[in-house]
Amino acid sequence: MDTSVITNNIDRFVSGTLLTLQLTAVSVLLGLCLALLLALARISPRRFLWMPAYAYIFYFRGTPLLVQIFLFYYGIGQYFADHPDIRAYLQDLGLWTYLRNPYPFALLTLSLNTAAYGAEIIRGGILGIPHGEIEAARAYGMSRLLMLRRIILPRAFRIALPAYTNDVVFTFQATSLVSIITLMDLTGIARVLISRSFAAFEIWIFVGAIYCAISYAILYGFQLLEFRWSGHLRDRPGTAAKPAVATTVLVR
Amino acid sequence: MEGFIDLKGYGWTLWAGVAITIEVGICAAIVAVIMGLLGAWGKLSKSPVARTIANTYTVIVRGVPELVLILLCYYGLTILLQRVLSLISGEDVRIDINPFSAGVITIGIIYGAFATEVFRGAFLAVPKGQIEAARAIGMSRILIFRRVLMPQAWRFALPGLGNVWLVLTKATSLMSVIQLSELLRNADVAARAVHMPFTFYFLASLFYLGITILSMLGQQRVEAWANRGVRRA
Repeated sequence: MDTSVITNNIDRFVSGTLLTLQLTAVSVLLGLCLALLLALARISPRRFLWMPAYAYIFYFRGTPLLVQIFLFYYGIGQYFADHPDIRAYLQDLGLWTYLRNPYPFALLTLSLNTAAYGAEIIRGGILGIPHGEIEAARAYGMSRLLMLRRIILPRAFRIALPAYTNDVVFTFQATSLVSIITLMDLTGIARVLISRSFAAFEIWIFVGAIYCAISYAILYGFQLLEFRWSGHLRDRPGTAAKPAVATTVLVR
Repeated sequence: MEGFIDLKGYGWTLWAGVAITIEVGICAAIVAVIMGLLGAWGKLSKSPVARTIANTYTVIVRGVPELVLILLCYYGLTILLQRVLSLISGEDVRIDINPFSAGVITIGIIYGAFATEVFRGAFLAVPKGQIEAARAIGMSRILIFRRVLMPQAWRFALPGLGNVWLVLTKATSLMSVIQLSELLRNADVAARAVHMPFTFYFLASLFYLGITILSMLGQQRVEAWANRGVRRA
C-alpha cells in the first residue's frame, strides 16, 4: 500500500470534491425548478401540456445519462461544423471558448436529467394527496394558484421527500460521469493521478470512501428534514405508538 | 435506416453495439439475480456474520457511484491481484481481464445490491402463516423455499426486478469507459470517424430508448402472466 500519492495530493482531492458538490447542488436546484414545472405540465389535462412533458420525461429517463452528456457536449459541435459562419460569428463575440468549456454542458445535462426523474417523483407526490384535502380547499373557495401554493405543493413535497432524497443521492453519484468530458471533479482528479502514479487501487478505494461518506451524509441530512417536516404525524412525547412515517432508503 | 440518414457505412457498427449491450445486460442481470438472492438470504439469515456481510455489501455498493466501482474493479483490483500474485510467486505477473467479463461482473455486483433489497422485500411479503403451515406439515427448509417461498416471492419481486433491469441496461453504457465495444462505444467510434457526433449519439440514445420500451412491454406481459392466478379486488 502506497498512500503517499494521496497525502501529497490532498489539496487536489479537496478541490475535486468541492467541484463535485458544486455540480450536485446547482443541478439539483435547477433540476428541482424544472421538475416542478414538468410535473405540473404532466398532470395537466391539456394535451399540449402533458404530451411534451411526457415525451421529455420518457426520453430523459429512458436513455443513459452518459449518452445525454455526449449528445449535448459533442453533439453541438456537429451543428457548428455544418454552420461555420455562425461559429465565426461566435468567435468574433468571444463566446466560442464558453461553448468548448465542458462545465456548462455538464451542468445542463445533469439538471435536465435530474429534472425528468424529479418530475415523476413530484407527480407521484401530487397524486398521493388525499382527495378530500383538495376538495376541502376547493370548498373554501381557494383559487387554483392559492390551492397549489398552500395545499398541493407543501403536501406533495412531504409525500415525495423520501423518493426525492434518493434522487439527490443518485444525482450526486452521477456527477462522477462528468470526468469523462474532462472535468476535474473527484473522479476526474483520481483518473489523472492514477495515470501518473499507477496507484489505482489505493486511489479508487480512497475516492470510493469519500463518495460513500458524502452519499450517506446527504441521506442523513434529508432524513433530519423529513423528521422536521413530519412533526404533525408523530405522537406526542411520552406516548408509545410508533409514527406511521415513510423513511428514506437508497433504492433505485 | 441508411435510407433517410447517411450513416457513411457505420449503421452496422451501431447494430453490433446493440447486440453487445444486450448480451452484457443479460449476463449482468443473471449475476445480479444470483447476488440478490444470496444478499437477501444473508440479510434475512439468523447468523449475525451473514447479516453483517450482506449489509456491508449493500451499504457500500449503494454509496459509491457505478463509474468509480467499475474503474475500481477493472483497474484497481487487477493491479492489486498482480501485486499479490507477484509477491507470492516472486516473479512479475500480468493479469488482463477482458472488458466483457469485467463489465458483466461489476455491473452484476452493483445491481445485485439493488436486487437484494427487492428480494428481501419479496420474501418478507410472503405471509408468515404459510411458512408456519409448511413447517407444521413437516417440510424441510429447502422444500419450503422451493414450494412455498420462491413461487410467491418471484411474483412480488417482478416489478422491482423489472426496474433494476431498466437501470442496469442503461448502466451498461458506462462499459464504454473500459473500451468494451457496446452501443455507446461504437457510436463514439463512428461519430469520431465521420465527424457526425450529434447524429450518432442521438441514434444511440434512440436505440437505448428502444431497449427500454421493449423491456417495459416485456415486463407488463411477464407480470400479467405471473399474476394470472391472483384475484383482483
